[in-house]
Amino acid sequence: MNSTVTTGTETSVWGGGNQPLGASYGKLMMWFFLVSDALTFSGFLAAYGFSRFKFIETWPIADEVFTHVPFFHGNYPMIYVALMTFILIMSSVTMVLAVDAGHKMKQNAVAWYMFATVIGGIIFVGSQAWEWGTFIKGDHGALETKGGRILQFVKADTGERASLADFAASIPDDRVVHERKNGLWFFQEPTLTSVSLTEVVEGFKADSNILIRTEQINEEGEKTLLDRKASLAKIGEATQVVEGANLIHNEYGSRLFADFFFFITGFHGFHVFSGVVINIIIFFNVVIGTYERRGHYEMVEKVGLYWHFVDLVWVFVFTFFYLV
Amino acid sequence: MADGHKLEIFRGLVKFKSNTQKIWGVLAFLTLITAVEVVLGIIKPASLTDTYVLGMKLINWIFIILTLVKAYYIAWDFMHLRDEKSALRRAIVWTPIFLVIYLVFILLVEADYIYNVYKDGFISWNF
Repeated sequence: MNSTVTTGTETSVWGGGNQPLGASYGKLMMWFFLVSDALTFSGFLAAYGFSRFKFIETWPIADEVFTHVPFFHGNYPMIYVALMTFILIMSSVTMVLAVDAGHKMKQNAVAWYMFATVIGGIIFVGSQAWEWGTFIKGDHGALETKGGRILQFVKADTGERASLADFAASIPDDRVVHERKNGLWFFQEPTLTSVSLTEVVEGFKADSNILIRTEQINEEGEKTLLDRKASLAKIGEATQVVEGANLIHNEYGSRLFADFFFFITGFHGFHVFSGVVINIIIFFNVVIGTYERRGHYEMVEKVGLYWHFVDLVWVFVFTFFYLV
Repeated sequence: MADGHKLEIFRGLVKFKSNTQKIWGVLAFLTLITAVEVVLGIIKPASLTDTYVLGMKLINWIFIILTLVKAYYIAWDFMHLRDEKSALRRAIVWTPIFLVIYLVFILLVEADYIYNVYKDGFISWNF
């Protein structure tokens, strides 16, 4: 009764049990999943490209959006994302080293390399959370016009960005956040901005050093700076104050930019997070000797494929969100 | 499996003694490319930002090409596609490449068309 057992040594090609692609079932299925997941990410990035080409003249400039590094003040575009990229590549390297040690059946080495991989993954997810936090909190604040366009402010003498708090007038106002408990019906409103529209407009009119910068990108590839007269005319179109970014308002420019940022880096971050969880499971399996007893470490290899894929996707996200 | 690794990169220009050594070599190369990207992104040389190739800035083409180079080495050496059979490798690589080029071509052409409608048509959106 040996008809259900195939050993791969049959002489007939059609007898079953052979591996025409030289890869096991599990590994092939992992590749199937990765190819389909790659197409999902490509769909997202292509949609991002679509929206960007549609609004090519007004799209936010990434260097002006992501300028912060934790624990450091000042303007450092790109530095932190570059560091994050390096951390993820580094954790990819420890993963390959784990796979390599697995081929040589070195249980301890695999465990330590898996541990390092998990740490790298956690640092990356943490960095991404920090990046999100900074983006949501916002930087200088801006006004939004009736058409949903963003007006930012610049100091005329230095050319630096001006924060709303720098020039907004202080107009005593007893306007407070309307809470549900004070309403007759279930009304409530989101948190009020730190300065009101009137304060910004009055402060702007009083301070001749402040100019308005629109979303329009000029010939030099920079945002268009209006002169004082045009600025005064433009500020009349403002309808509300925007501080930070969410899915509906975005002080950095086009709200689609924020939507795609949250969606694509969020989806990627979700992949990293699940990768970390899977890596932790594999780590414990290595430690308790599951794969030692099984006689091979192919499971580490399969999870490794997923982990490298996450790194691969980040390489593209990094390019299309931060560089291009 | 353990000794089934192909240890040459850059078409045989560099040959490593062991798989571990190859991994560190590839890491050094990927780090170098990332560093070049970041430096270019910060400096933004005028000669690269003012030159347009096929409707896109030269610097952006450079970024995209460097990204593809990085993707190649991650897939070939970290995901060890280099050691797989060519049939598996081709099935994995060419399927997405074909579909992605197709999708990107359609979407970007369409987006450019909409951009022109917004620009030249009687639609006011930037107010």
